[in-house]
Amino acid sequence: MLAQIHVTFKEGVLDPQGKTVHHALNDLGYDEVLDVNIGKYLEIKLDSASEEEAEIRVREMCERLLANTVIESFRFSLVPTE
Amino acid sequence: MKCGIVVFPGSNCDHDCFHILKHVLSQETHWLWHKEEANLESFDLVVLPGGFSYGDYLRAGAIASFSPIMNSIVRFAKAGGKVFGICNGFQVLLESGLLPGTLIQNQSRKFICKNVSVRVENTDTPFTRNCRENQVLEIPIAHHQGSYYIDPFSLNQLEENGQILFRYCDATGKVSAESNPNGSVGSVAGVSNEQKNVMGMMPHPERCADPKLMGTDGQIIFQSLISNS
Repeated sequence: MLAQIHVTFKEGVLDPQGKTVHHALNDLGYDEVLDVNIGKYLEIKLDSASEEEAEIRVREMCERLLANTVIESFRFSLVPTE
Repeated sequence: MKCGIVVFPGSNCDHDCFHILKHVLSQETHWLWHKEEANLESFDLVVLPGGFSYGDYLRAGAIASFSPIMNSIVRFAKAGGKVFGICNGFQVLLESGLLPGTLIQNQSRKFICKNVSVRVENTDTPFTRNCRENQVLEIPIAHHQGSYYIDPFSLNQLEENGQILFRYCDATGKVSAESNPNGSVGSVAGVSNEQKNVMGMMPHPERCADPKLMGTDGQIIFQSLISNS
């Protein structure tokens, strides 16, 4: 199983990288760009017995280590692999 | 005073801290290796030095906060032992939950290395008791991820509990947006836990505590700890 995890800043937390890219895109003429958020994307290969178990364990990994929940939120999906 | 300096892979201010405590201030000082738990009962102070523990991978301080030595330090702190985190050490203390809030990338997105002024906000702590009220100290900063962040409600609580120990200011002690180098909320440069025995700050007092170098403003923090032990 593969966990595909996105970690992004919570709303209201300053994201200087996102702001810079936002301005750069506007400078390139992409005036429709309203906001840019830059986060992290992680792929974790798992050897889990079931999707339910993987769901619980990945959530725990995110809360304990992968995201700092003071400023970041996370979401993930589980994809079956061969 | 018996001091311990933690060494993580990537710590690079550990020898500066060791030098100030052992050679400049003549205190008994030991190394603490990150991979081993340690019996800290006989220690008065544990310092988490600056640097780039574990290459700052994932988030600064995130991986280090799960080192075996951190179990011992959390126990030591809960028992009232004094823990002092400087720069990356501050980041580790925040990640480990010993201090509230977190540090994000500087507002300017740049690594900032320069002398700044900080104002002492609370002199009733083991780290600041030799300071005068509102004393201005000139201490260097050197960081990329040093913008302190905490939600407005918790920031208010820190203020009420006297947990904000240092604020960035100008040379006269005035706190303003211009004197805030990195965009920290409330211009916060250093905070303590509620019990005041754990403190973290982004400025580097160990870099201005040897009379052989320019400036000794940082010494007062170490002296406060020594006179308190």
